[in-house]
Amino acid sequence: MAIFLTKDSRVLVQGMTGAEGTRHTARMLAAGTDVVAGVTPGKGGRSADFGERTVPVFGSVAEAVEETGADVSVVFVPPRFTGGAVEEAVAAGVPLCVVITEGVPVHDTVRFRALARGRTRIIGPNCPGLISPGQSSAGIIPADITTAGRVGLVSKSGTLTYQLMYELRDLGFSTAVGIGGDPVVGTTHIDCLRAFEEDPGTDAIVMIGEIGGDAEERAAAHIAGHVTKPVVAYVAGFTAPEGRTMGHAGAIVSGSSGTARAKKEALEAAGVRVGETPSETARLLRSILAGVR
Amino acid sequence: MDLYEYQAKELFRRHGIPVPRGAVAETPAEARAIAADLNAPVVIKAQVKTGGRGKAGGIRPAAGPVAAEHEAARVLGMDIKGHRARRVLVEAATVPFEEYYAAFLVDRAEGGFLAMVSGQGGVEIEELAASDPGAVVRLPVDPVEGVDADAARLLAAGAGLPEQAAEVLERLWRVLVAEDALLVEVNPLVCTTDQRVVALDGKVTLDDNAAFRHRREAEEPTGGLEDRARAKGLNYVKLDGTVGVIGNGAGLVMSTLDVVAGAGAAPANFLDIGGGASAQVMADGLEIILADPDVRSVLVNVFGGITACDAVANGIVTALELLGERGHGRPIVVRLDGNNAELGRRILDQARHPAVRQVSTMDAAAATAARLAAGA
Repeated sequence: MAIFLTKDSRVLVQGMTGAEGTRHTARMLAAGTDVVAGVTPGKGGRSADFGERTVPVFGSVAEAVEETGADVSVVFVPPRFTGGAVEEAVAAGVPLCVVITEGVPVHDTVRFRALARGRTRIIGPNCPGLISPGQSSAGIIPADITTAGRVGLVSKSGTLTYQLMYELRDLGFSTAVGIGGDPVVGTTHIDCLRAFEEDPGTDAIVMIGEIGGDAEERAAAHIAGHVTKPVVAYVAGFTAPEGRTMGHAGAIVSGSSGTARAKKEALEAAGVRVGETPSETARLLRSILAGVR
Repeated sequence: MDLYEYQAKELFRRHGIPVPRGAVAETPAEARAIAADLNAPVVIKAQVKTGGRGKAGGIRPAAGPVAAEHEAARVLGMDIKGHRARRVLVEAATVPFEEYYAAFLVDRAEGGFLAMVSGQGGVEIEELAASDPGAVVRLPVDPVEGVDADAARLLAAGAGLPEQAAEVLERLWRVLVAEDALLVEVNPLVCTTDQRVVALDGKVTLDDNAAFRHRREAEEPTGGLEDRARAKGLNYVKLDGTVGVIGNGAGLVMSTLDVVAGAGAAPANFLDIGGGASAQVMADGLEIILADPDVRSVLVNVFGGITACDAVANGIVTALELLGERGHGRPIVVRLDGNNAELGRRILDQARHPAVRQVSTMDAAAATAARLAAGA
């Protein structure tokens, strides 16, 4: 089992004919993803050749859904067109929309997030997407780091997701979700924790956070009340100076809240073991699993 | 990007929000001329992107042009929490009858917009919200509906602001939307003795991601390596230590800083080469880091997702060739994993550069870089 994305997911790619879209569609196909359609406005009726597989290109999401039954959209369009592309996917009733694009104006995200409420789960923007190893990949997470297993992972950061998957590659993962580093994202740590808690294919959860905002503190409160499966956490940014943006638009500390220290304390108060480094986090998860089994 | 008060007020003025008459000065003589022009008692306000100016002595009244020149001379160049006041705003002094607080902002936790309004302004709003939660009205704003005249009237009434404040609230909302701002805050918003509502201060944070939709002034150059990095499209922040850090992805680089600190050294910088970096980007990054005389060793930590490790390795080799002597033989510790890692490692092995050492894990690489920076 897995969350949000399974072998039965039928994936369409918005912006598939662009350079990034083409490259990552090829990688998703190689990972076993059932990519059923591409969407590029004005290029409907063509098809794109990916060696063993030819994928039809449609001019609109609605058409692609109608013709192929696609139920996941992965968005690779440039920032200035991303808002429109996501709103199109929402209007077409696509249940899951994964927004990879970095640099989307926050106002656009707030708007499509509001329009999507109750219709479409949005993951991202500015995220690596999600992967259920051995089943399907929607986004850019490398499929060769690890195989299917029973650990779930949720993270703001792409490369830290890869690092932890690599540290735990012998265990394997049910699903790894990169929720994105922007100040406003469609799917939160809590949404993923809730889904992993309900997923019979997940035994333990790794949660990766970073400085800024209070998403980790909120997640801690949720874990204390609602998560029975073991959770280990890692928070990046202990040495980040106050008031400086560290790459992710969301990764900025202002004042006393939002620091890595505050997040670690909130998580530990909720009974979550927190690693100081990725490797220590991996060790903590191993020791917990060893104790359970 | 945070705006200075004078820039925020220019935006306010453009959107029809009343602000005191005034202009910005870079010298005491300019301040004197502005005060003479205003022909009224003035306030000299240090322009720094931080709070607590008043307490630090950065806001001073002046009765006329001569006093304005004198006070501007005291404020210009002042250091306020590490921010140097390079300009002062010279404004006609406004006597408040009542003070309020008004803000619209992006609410990260709820993923929407939030209005925060209070009938008690001029104080630290966080403190007020903590000590008297009922004194601050917090209302989510529907991003599709927005704030119209009716909503603004309700908001003003709910927080105990006079009727004429509603129009200002509606226009502040328009500033947030029209300018793609993450925060628009006025503290204090005042009502004068003649019943005018005026923004006495202004704090605006613009969304850098939306820059393509607007004509904006560029961020001021800081005169350091950060400018050079920005010109190359690199995300670089200078820190105080001696271990230069380069990695791919903001999260991994932040984590690398922590691991370096855990190994007993202090990182010299944050540098994220981003996803899918080319050899050129890697070379640019290494060049910037080695231009920092504080750097005594460099740690390159890459987990290739989209980024190909062979490109990273080629970038290192290219940069070292270009830099030659300017590298001053400082050691470069490299940890490559993920996409094409073996190829990348082989490229570095074959280059046999004396400065480069490869280490197989993130922890060991950080420990090695820390030891080398300490001169061991």
